[in-house]
Amino acid sequence: MQVTINGEKKEIPDRPTVRELLAFLEIEPETVVVERNREIFSTADFEAVRLQADDVIEILKFMGGG
Amino acid sequence: MDALSVAGRTLRSRLFVGTGKFSSPAVMRQVLEASQAEVVTVALRRVDLANPVDPTLQALDAGRYLILPNTSGARDAEEAVRMAKLARALSRNNWIKLEITPDPRYLLPDPIETLKAAQILVREGFVVLPYIHADPVLAKRLEECGTATVMPLGAPIGSNQGLRTRDSIGIIIEQVRVPVVVDAGLGAPSHAAEAMQMGADAVLVNTALAVALDPERMARAFRCGVEAGRLAYLAGLGAPRATASASSPLTGFLSSGGEDPPAKSPN
Repeated sequence: MQVTINGEKKEIPDRPTVRELLAFLEIEPETVVVERNREIFSTADFEAVRLQADDVIEILKFMGGG
Repeated sequence: MDALSVAGRTLRSRLFVGTGKFSSPAVMRQVLEASQAEVVTVALRRVDLANPVDPTLQALDAGRYLILPNTSGARDAEEAVRMAKLARALSRNNWIKLEITPDPRYLLPDPIETLKAAQILVREGFVVLPYIHADPVLAKRLEECGTATVMPLGAPIGSNQGLRTRDSIGIIIEQVRVPVVVDAGLGAPSHAAEAMQMGADAVLVNTALAVALDPERMARAFRCGVEAGRLAYLAGLGAPRATASASSPLTGFLSSGGEDPPAKSPN
């Protein structure tokens, strides 16, 4: 199915949990926060949430900054 | 150094350090160590899907440092509030450096959007540290709305120009009761010392450390500058005078009083 991740359209396996999506993208779950259709999910929620086609997903992390 | 209390949290270090622009995670770690900073700022950005593993902040021990995420990149209050909530979900603390800079050339903070966002974030339980121009009236308004500090700029971010806003920062220090953290533009330890000796409660430094030839040594220099300035403030500086005031006694000069001895006759 297709979703938008960080502004890019992307083909991903059907209806993954957030944790499964992160594994698919090779992202360490502890280092990111995920927003799905403007709703925020932190690590504790990653198992519970299942994504759907056309979801708009943001995956963010901390970087160096002042 | 005497401790600083921000939103009920006791901080032993009055030097806050930003984590941007370091040449490697190892250098950043050395700088944090040498600075003895406790409050460390970070930015929130999209993961690069093509290159998801980024070691930069893996060097950061969240148990040791108080992670202070910023809302850099936000152009208005709505974006800043969204970023603050995302940051809170990741940092698992409620501290946020509120930073709204719509203009990329000077990165000056938008006072109206900053006040608007601060009101929302305070209501939602955040500990808000707003980055502002050195505007005493705005500082007072932010304090009244419940921010934990105010963070007036010395000069534009990353400009190393020093305390160009000195007089206004002096008024903020005089009038605001929450801690005043001078942020941005401090390029040398003397700038940090100057802010501290005026009575600023802390300073935040990033670029000056990151771009130094020897960042670790510069971090030590800033630590000393902050400490020197704080000690001078606590010790009480002497008032400037227009004319000289002799340090040495004005009596008992070799030439004073009596007669000059008779001149020696040449042999």
